[in-house]
Amino acid sequence: MEKRILSLLVDNKPGVLSRISGLFSGRGFNIESLCVAETKNPGVSRITLVTEGDDMILEQIQKQLNKLINVIKVIDYKDKPSIYREMLLIKVTAKPNFRAEILRIVDIFRCKAVDVGPEHYTIEVTGDEGKINAILNLLRPMGIKEIARTGTIALARESA
Amino acid sequence: MKTLKEEGVDTIFGYPGGAVLDIYDALAQTDIRHILVRHEQAAVHAADGFARAKHTVGVSLVTSGPGATNTVTGIASAYCDSIPIVVLTGQVPRQLIGNDAFQEVDIVGITRPCTKHNYLVQRTEDIAQTVKEAFYIATSGRPGPVLVDLPKDIINTKINYKKPSPINIVSYKPTYDPNIKQLKRVVSLLKKAERPMIFAGGGIILSGASGELIKLAKMLHIPVTTSLMGLGAFPGNDPLWLGMIGMHGTYRANMSTASCDLMIAVGVRFDDRVTGKTDAFASQANIVHIDIDPTSIRKNIHVNVPVVGDCQRTLTQLNDILQKEDLGNIEKRRASWLQQIYEWRMDQRLAYDQKDIIKPQYVIEKLFELTHGDAIITTEVGQNQMWAAQYYHFNQPNRFITSGGLGCMGFGLPAAIGAQVACPDKMVVDIAGDGSIQMNIQELATAVQFNLPVKVVILNNQYLGMVRQWQELFYQKKYVWTNMTCAPDFVKLAEAFGATGFRATRPEDVVPILQKGLETNGPVIMDFRVEQEECVYPMVPAGAPITEMLLV
Ligand SMILES: Cc1ncc(C[n+]2csc(CCOP(=O)(O)OP(=O)(O)O)c2C)c(N)n1
Ligand SMILES: [Mg+2]
Repeated sequence: MEKRILSLLVDNKPGVLSRISGLFSGRGFNIESLCVAETKNPGVSRITLVTEGDDMILEQIQKQLNKLINVIKVIDYKDKPSIYREMLLIKVTAKPNFRAEILRIVDIFRCKAVDVGPEHYTIEVTGDEGKINAILNLLRPMGIKEIARTGTIALARESA
Repeated sequence: MKTLKEEGVDTIFGYPGGAVLDIYDALAQTDIRHILVRHEQAAVHAADGFARAKHTVGVSLVTSGPGATNTVTGIASAYCDSIPIVVLTGQVPRQLIGNDAFQEVDIVGITRPCTKHNYLVQRTEDIAQTVKEAFYIATSGRPGPVLVDLPKDIINTKINYKKPSPINIVSYKPTYDPNIKQLKRVVSLLKKAERPMIFAGGGIILSGASGELIKLAKMLHIPVTTSLMGLGAFPGNDPLWLGMIGMHGTYRANMSTASCDLMIAVGVRFDDRVTGKTDAFASQANIVHIDIDPTSIRKNIHVNVPVVGDCQRTLTQLNDILQKEDLGNIEKRRASWLQQIYEWRMDQRLAYDQKDIIKPQYVIEKLFELTHGDAIITTEVGQNQMWAAQYYHFNQPNRFITSGGLGCMGFGLPAAIGAQVACPDKMVVDIAGDGSIQMNIQELATAVQFNLPVKVVILNNQYLGMVRQWQELFYQKKYVWTNMTCAPDFVKLAEAFGATGFRATRPEDVVPILQKGLETNGPVIMDFRVEQEECVYPMVPAGAPITEMLLV
């Protein structure tokens, strides 16, 4: 089993997302995360999804996606130098004796405290999966009240 | 309507209702032929049978809500078998969509996984373009059903007809021409192979590649098997013919898969009913897989040389290359392989023993003889379907029309109606089971109304025979709910519909009843009381290697 990040350029039309999610559920493929938004061309959306499977399944997933009439292009980021980002909003308990420590972590990870209360900080983190998991692990001991996390988005690096 | 005409549509199978009143009103002003079925499922099966018999696209038209949901089984069957049909459904007016309005269902949502594509049309001015696109998608690449949902308010708005523009869908460009490098790899494998075989499927029939297939097989003396969907792609009386492959395939076809050193698979999708246990399937062989749909390749079976392309074009190009190659004394090289196959054939022929109760196989064999193998045969599902496949030998494509992938009981009679509409001068016979025929028996009224002389041959074993066979073999003969002794008198039933009915109860009745039935004008039901507990052999238990057959 291997994780794979795929980007799909699709027609920005009603029902397209359900064609894609239906394909995954109907064929027993797995979606770990999924992000959708318009591209610079308002007629086209980009869906970035993270999936998992062995070689044959990952090949089948890409072929099946390509077969959908509304899918314009499937981009596989394997072996492509690329940039990956996720975003995390985390509301962490901030007792007086931990407040400085939390802000130090925020500083080291170059993220932002976007909301402050007497008992909590809300922190915004962007980065790849590794960074997000690292900061989550560091903040966990302080007491995490709530988190909201996006899926991965990706772009290939410009080839030289 | 005008778009339909421009797409060359001359026949629609349909059933009216509130949401499509405007379309029906407009239909009356055209010369398009409308066949009024008695159930919307049948409208789709009939369009399917029409499409296959005529090698074209079939069209059905139904109303919203229940009309639309009734089409789902028909659409799913056409989807599994890659049959080009366009289904037009009525929908409630746009402002009511999402309101749980009367006879509203989200048919686009319901059929998303069983159509090649579907549309909910949002504006009157989009109708023509969408319908044109629907025909294009249904018939191009790997064909399949396309559904177009038409809200009532956009149909009853009159606008000036604007000719739709030529289709160009950036995200949909099927690959027709094969990659030459891959073809060269195929050629070199073919030249090296000592024990090659061809496994052909429905793709040959859909792409009209039967001629090229025959050419390839004869040029290189390669024996040919087909899937159920491929029957007729290769002549059933040719010495190179292996018979059908798979769960109820012939002994020699299934044995060949284990010994061949090269398998050329064309227009097939390696269904589990064909491969049995996949690890054991053709395990000695290099496998070449030619198909227009990339998802069919490496889905179930590892292949050595994938070739994405239209079967007809790919085989034509392959034959062109091969014709320029020095193939040596091919006949001599094949002798021992063909001898081996001959021995398998002699060892285990399809056989039955006709004693004092009618054998279903005997009925099919006599039907084959009396129709000179020239009828269009549709089938229901079950043992009747398998005996039809085994004992009616097809020499041409588009003559065998069966619900292969979905295996949907109730398919045969409406499909026969569609085929008869497509080919008015041909003999069309539905080979039926006593269970299946009851699933769409109401279509006899359609056949009578439109004077479609379809002949129904019921192999009446008073059982859901195929299920009973599994119970006999794998469930200690516990026949749970598979007995069908309570059934209508099919002869009287035929008469009630205004058709003709005959019955045969003794072996010596078979030929005379078949003769009488086939000669009678109009629709006919022939009820053959056959051996009740006959089984279809050979049989490969589900999940076993296909060389491990239960034999008679
Ligand atoms: C719509 C549908 N329901 C159930 C089945 C399962 N099934 C497969 S074969 C079969 C028995 C068919 O009986 P009959 O038409 O009498 O044919 P026989 O096998 O006896 O020739 C059944 C119930 C099916 N294929 N399709
Ligand atoms: Mg039966």
